[in-house]
Amino acid sequence: MAAPSATGQVPLIQLAGLTKHYGKGESLVRALDGIDLIVQDGEFVAVMGASGSGKSTCMNLLGFLDAPTGGRQFFRGVDVSTLDGDQRALLRRNFIGFVFQGFNLLARSTARENVELPLVYRRMAASERRHLSARALQRVGLSDRGHHLPSELSGGQQQRVAIARALVTTPSLLLADEPTGNLDSRTSAEIMDLLVHLNRDEGITIVMVTHEPDMARYARRVVEFRDGRIVSDHPGEGAH
Amino acid sequence: MFWSTLLMALQEIRRNALRSFLTMLGMVIGVGAVITLVSVGQGTTAQVTADIAKMGKNLVMVFPGSGHRRSGTAASAPPFRNEDSVALAAVQGVEAIAPLAAGNLLVVYGNKNESTQVMGTTTAYLGIREYAVEQGRMFSVSEEHAGRPVCVIGATTREDLFGSQDPIGESIRIQRLSCQVIGVLASKGQSAGGQDQDKVVLMPLLTFQRRVAGTPDVSSFFVTAADEIDTSRVISGIASVLRERRRIASGATDDFTVRDTAEIAQAVTAATSSMTALLGAIAAVSLIVGGIGIMNIMLVSVTERTREIGIRIAIGALGREVMLQFLVESVVLSVLGGLIGVLFGVLGAYGVSRGLSMPFVVSPETILLAFVVSALIGVVFGYLPARKAARLEPIEALRHE
Repeated sequence: MAAPSATGQVPLIQLAGLTKHYGKGESLVRALDGIDLIVQDGEFVAVMGASGSGKSTCMNLLGFLDAPTGGRQFFRGVDVSTLDGDQRALLRRNFIGFVFQGFNLLARSTARENVELPLVYRRMAASERRHLSARALQRVGLSDRGHHLPSELSGGQQQRVAIARALVTTPSLLLADEPTGNLDSRTSAEIMDLLVHLNRDEGITIVMVTHEPDMARYARRVVEFRDGRIVSDHPGEGAH
Repeated sequence: MFWSTLLMALQEIRRNALRSFLTMLGMVIGVGAVITLVSVGQGTTAQVTADIAKMGKNLVMVFPGSGHRRSGTAASAPPFRNEDSVALAAVQGVEAIAPLAAGNLLVVYGNKNESTQVMGTTTAYLGIREYAVEQGRMFSVSEEHAGRPVCVIGATTREDLFGSQDPIGESIRIQRLSCQVIGVLASKGQSAGGQDQDKVVLMPLLTFQRRVAGTPDVSSFFVTAADEIDTSRVISGIASVLRERRRIASGATDDFTVRDTAEIAQAVTAATSSMTALLGAIAAVSLIVGGIGIMNIMLVSVTERTREIGIRIAIGALGREVMLQFLVESVVLSVLGGLIGVLFGVLGAYGVSRGLSMPFVVSPETILLAFVVSALIGVVFGYLPARKAARLEPIEALRHE
């Protein structure tokens, strides 16, 4: 068990001296070089840094898409440092919602089918899936677009579908990797407003990777990466 | 989970309708070929078996010679005599016996002549070979003893020589013998050996021996064994009587052959069965080719859908769930192909059986086997692509363009 924080609450995420190395010998890359980080429930954290700073690697570890090389990783106080692929898949299935830069929707499935996909792997009955997906689409303001294919939607709408897909399982943690990277500034603001709304009004914990200070402004806490280490950790403008 | 996976597979197959159809075509041809060829083989077997059964019930045949044609004994073995017939009739289990002297001779009527199997025999022959007289009558016992120049002709012979004309009372000529037609036999069709059993002329044995062959030789015996006695005991009974009459020293080999139809049926069935197996094996090769086609397309599909697989894994699909998805897809492809193949195979078998006027035999076992094999091919050839999909790393798969 990880040590409870000062408030006595078990943190959602606790990283202790976490490392991730690629390659070996001379070509060894220390993508993460000893990270210590605690994220509590309800936070909205922006992870910033230049490309190659390790922020994406950290994101992959937080989302259980990859396993760390060393150090300890706790999720709700449980050590998840050394899990195999299927165990990590089950954690993703049950606790994580992903929003990607490139939307990553199934191109030949409708918006509703995309939103229902995580529920299929939870072996949920079709009627219940339909009910939950309709509600998730409503939360992102796309109730009337359920039967459209991604190619029939704008970039902003596609990202909303992706957010609905991430929300539909009511995850403990929403991970957003450059969610506005492919969007124009007006649409970006809309998406960020949606994320802020989800965090503030629905209490969803969000960790968002971005390299744009404009987007990081929305978060309540900003963590900055450089060369595989955290170089600053301060409250963001969204905290006010 | 299984149903939604199946549904997903069907959607995927429908989205790539043309590609799926071409992929299935391999299975369609493979399964269709197996079913058609095996059915044709089984039809041949059924026909041959039926033909042998038609030769006569509990039929036992006795020939001079050891039966090994290459040894040369067949030619040198002495023929039977009329008296042998009397001795054999006394063997236990012999219900009826007909001696036969025969030759393939030219039969002439008017300006027509046909090379025909001409047989001298007794009235018992009809019953033993299950011939029926369709028109006129069989020669009588008194005509038989007197060696009268009368004859009964087969249906083909009647057709060949007389056409639509009534043959009864007409005279046909066989070598120097002029012989009056008194009856026509009902058609029996081809024998197991492919001979026309209706291209025959029957006459009293004495008539044939004295006026056609010029010798008292009997070339074979046809025997009906009694139902209640084991045919093998009748065969050995006949053999021991003949050994005694032909003075064969104990230890020396028989210079004659006694054989029953079951034995012939066995030999022929063995031959046609191995032909069926061979045909099936050749067709099975195309099934394997069909399977390779499925594997090929599934590998392409996995590469194309790398990103989709990455999304599914990121969302929380387990390796085995991704694997199941692709396995179900390949099995659905191969089973659909197999089902269409069964349809075409049965149609093909029906067509061939009609074309060659053979019995139409499609055993449920063949269809079931083809079905199971096609499902199995889907699993075997779908395994490699499915495993490739299941082993994709989510981060790399998501980066795939």
